[in-house]
Formats: sequence, structure tokens, C-alpha cells
Amino acid sequence: MEVQKTALYNYHKNLGAKFVPFAGYEMPIQYKDGIVKEHISTRTHAGFFDVSHMGQFFLEGDETLIESLEKIIPADLNNLKINHSKYSFLLNNEGGIIDDLIITRTEKGFCIILNAACKENDIKQISQFLKKHHKHLLNNDLSLIALQGPKSVEILEKLIPGVANLKFMTGNNFEYEGENLYVTRSGYTGEDGFEISISNTKVEKLIDYLISNEVKPIGLGARDTLRLEAGLCLYGHDLNEKINPVEANLKWAIAKKRKEIGGFNGWEKIKNLLANGSEKIRVGIKPDGKVIARENTKIFSLDNDEIGYVTSGTFGPSVNAPVAMGYVKSEFSEVGTSIQLEVRGKKYGGKISELPFYKKSYVK
Amino acid sequence: MSEKKFSKKHEWVSLDGDVATVGITKHATEMLGDIVFVEVPDAGKALEKEGQAAVVESTKAASDVYSPISGEITEGNKAIADDPGSVNTDPEGASWFFKLKIKDKGEYDSLMSKDEYDKFCKENPS
Repeated sequence: MEVQKTALYNYHKNLGAKFVPFAGYEMPIQYKDGIVKEHISTRTHAGFFDVSHMGQFFLEGDETLIESLEKIIPADLNNLKINHSKYSFLLNNEGGIIDDLIITRTEKGFCIILNAACKENDIKQISQFLKKHHKHLLNNDLSLIALQGPKSVEILEKLIPGVANLKFMTGNNFEYEGENLYVTRSGYTGEDGFEISISNTKVEKLIDYLISNEVKPIGLGARDTLRLEAGLCLYGHDLNEKINPVEANLKWAIAKKRKEIGGFNGWEKIKNLLANGSEKIRVGIKPDGKVIARENTKIFSLDNDEIGYVTSGTFGPSVNAPVAMGYVKSEFSEVGTSIQLEVRGKKYGGKISELPFYKKSYVK
Repeated sequence: MSEKKFSKKHEWVSLDGDVATVGITKHATEMLGDIVFVEVPDAGKALEKEGQAAVVESTKAASDVYSPISGEITEGNKAIADDPGSVNTDPEGASWFFKLKIKDKGEYDSLMSKDEYDKFCKENPS
């Protein structure tokens, strides 16, 4: 398959981006400032992220659309208000996570934001449950820009009046340059911010404005350190088809009503896990020293029994220490439990830590 | 102190009598990005030329540091293990990695000069 590029590819190039192949796209991993500075400027001012590689999947239909979607998504879509969003998943028959996603109710149906690497398969999986009269479209004419950081609201409000009134995980239509655009108050960094769905033809103009307000471009490198500090999962690393939401410590994202009534893929298994707990569970991990426990690092108990593995690990610039997430046997999952991490054949001490590592500041 | 010599794996070496000081080059730090972890060898460790000697990790990935010269470690620079970010600011000065007592000065002589190394980096962009 040919490598794909977002509408901003040349813009990134001019900003001095270093590119890496990611989910079939050439994406900026970092710009001139480097990962740590990009991370810090997002936390202290604001940064923008081109996340146009993610799928913007629109669905339209009558009330039967909800019935169809709820077979694969364990959210309470009947009670999701227009312009409100939920974090949820697509589940397979074993309750494994096919993808994690944000679903927003629109006037005519739903918009689902899908991970780039999964989007083609996701649409296949969702389509199995759709009826002939349900319309769907993966809209590749739209870019998606995340604006994140404490100054985001002040900066975006000047350009698009009204966005400051949005509460976390809600959105609305706004007008910009004579076009409609959709803005949600959301993100994946642990900061206040927005995600802006905008046509590929207008996106450069929006970025010009952000840059003129000293909003820095942020690459995938800092996106990873930011989301990990915020305790958020990265699909393909912390989540996959063999992991279910209970193991992933994401049972909060299954709607209460759906936990009781079920009717979605893998419910039998999930119901059982909800009642009895899972064998392993996702936890935060803090190495004691400076050593970085990266993905696939083996985790041992103090008695040297292998008890789990790391799924994401890096240096957290705002925590100013290494941070990691991984799966351990549930009996070792209590916060404060001492563990050992095997890095380059040597065992280093560490502790099970609370998530997030970095406290959020969402506007509720 | 002798002039600095350079290896293809982006280490530098300077020589004071039979004690060599080894670090990573500015070019290497630019390729690595923000350095967040360093592990240096303990005194007494014997190293072969091109043997794995130290570890350097950036926010992106972990890399091995090799010794461009054989000998016995006399000192690892604990200051950079405590403050890994200092390797980005002064890689070819205060942020050296380790010192070792060398056996064969010929190994040092065979390394690249500054001009040769600069040319090598230009011809082998990462």
C-alpha cells in the first residue's frame, strides 16, 4: 500500500518535522524543538497536533442505527445527547477490544473517531451490524486538529467565538471562513483543549492562526509522552483484540445500563469478569530510579516470579521521571506494591502507581 | 590532552598518557534527541574495541554506546547518570561517558580525525 500523507504534510515539512511511517501515514514524530520541549510547551501554553490520520466516520440512520451500533459498542447511545461524546470501544465476540474510540451524537446520527491503524477493519466490523438504509462515510476530505494546553481556550475563542462555552466531551458546529466546522472539547494529553474537524482546504489557514499565537506544532513523540503521563491507552500497545475492558481497567467506559442489560459482543464474558475480576489488570508503574522500562519489559515480584509485562514506557517530562503502564496479575495490582522490572538483563525496583501520573485539568 | 579522534559509531576519544576519555559526539546527541537515561560502566571492567560499554536512552529509544578502543575502565562519569540531560548540552566536554586505561595506542591512531568524521557524517546522514 502506498504511504499516505495528511493535507498538512508539506506544512509540517516547512516547520522542520522529522517524519516516521505510522499506521500507513508519513507523520511527524517531532519538530525542531524536540520531544521534551514540545511536551512542556503543551502543558504550559498550547500545542497543536495533526491527527488527520485518524478516521472520522459518520453514520446516519433512524432509531435502528442505535440498536445496530450497540451490538458492538458498549455505550448507552440512547441516552447520549446530541453533541455529547463518550469514550468507548468496538468489542469482538470474546469481549476483546477491536479499537478504542470517541463516539459523538450528531443531529443525524453519530460521528466516531477511529484509530488510523484500525479504521479500515473497524468499518468492516461495524458494517456487519448496519442495516441497508444506514448511511456511512469515512470522510477523508476533513482534517482533524487537536489543540491542547491551558491557553487553548483563550486562543481558539478569539478565532471561533463560542468554543469557550463547550464543556469537556461535548461539541458543536461553528462557522469559520464561510464553512462549517465541528469542534469538540476533548483531547488525549490530560490538558484542556479541543479537537477541530475542518476541511482539508481550510486547515492551513487555521494552523497559520495558531502559529501566530505561539502554538507549537507537536509530533507523535510528545503525543506519546503526554498521553502516557495522563494514563491514557494507546491502541496496539496497551490495548489489543486479546485484551478486554475489565483487564484494561476501563470498565468505567462501559455504560452502567449496558453492564446490566448487555446485548453487545462478548457480554457473557465481560459480565463474568465484572462479577469475579480478571486474572490480570492494567496498572501504572513507576520505576524507582531513572531506568526506563519500555514496552515488553518483563515484570517480576520481589520473589522473582514473572507477574506481567510493560505495554508503554517512557520518560515523563512533566513528572520528571520514567513512567510506564503494563499488565500484572491482579493480586499485585494494588497501588504501592513493590515490583521488579527486567531491563537489559538486570532487575530494577519499581512500584505500582496511581494513574494518571499527571493530574488533568479538564473543564467540566 | 591529545586531539579528539572519532569512530563510525559516533563516539569520540581523547588521550592523556595511556588513559583515554570516551564520549558520544554532538552529532550523535542531535540524532538521539532529548537524553533521559544514561548507564556508565564501573571501574575495573575490561572492554574490547567495539564492545558494548554504556547505554544512552532518549525519549525515543535506547542505544548502546561502544568503546572505540580496548582497555580497562578507570572511571564512569556518574554525573551524567544523575543528570542525563547534560549530555545534550555538553556532549564533547563535561559530559564524557567513561575513562579507560588503554593497551594499544594503535587503535586510537586508526580512528578518524575531526575532518574525516565530519565528512563521514555528511556522507552517511541518518
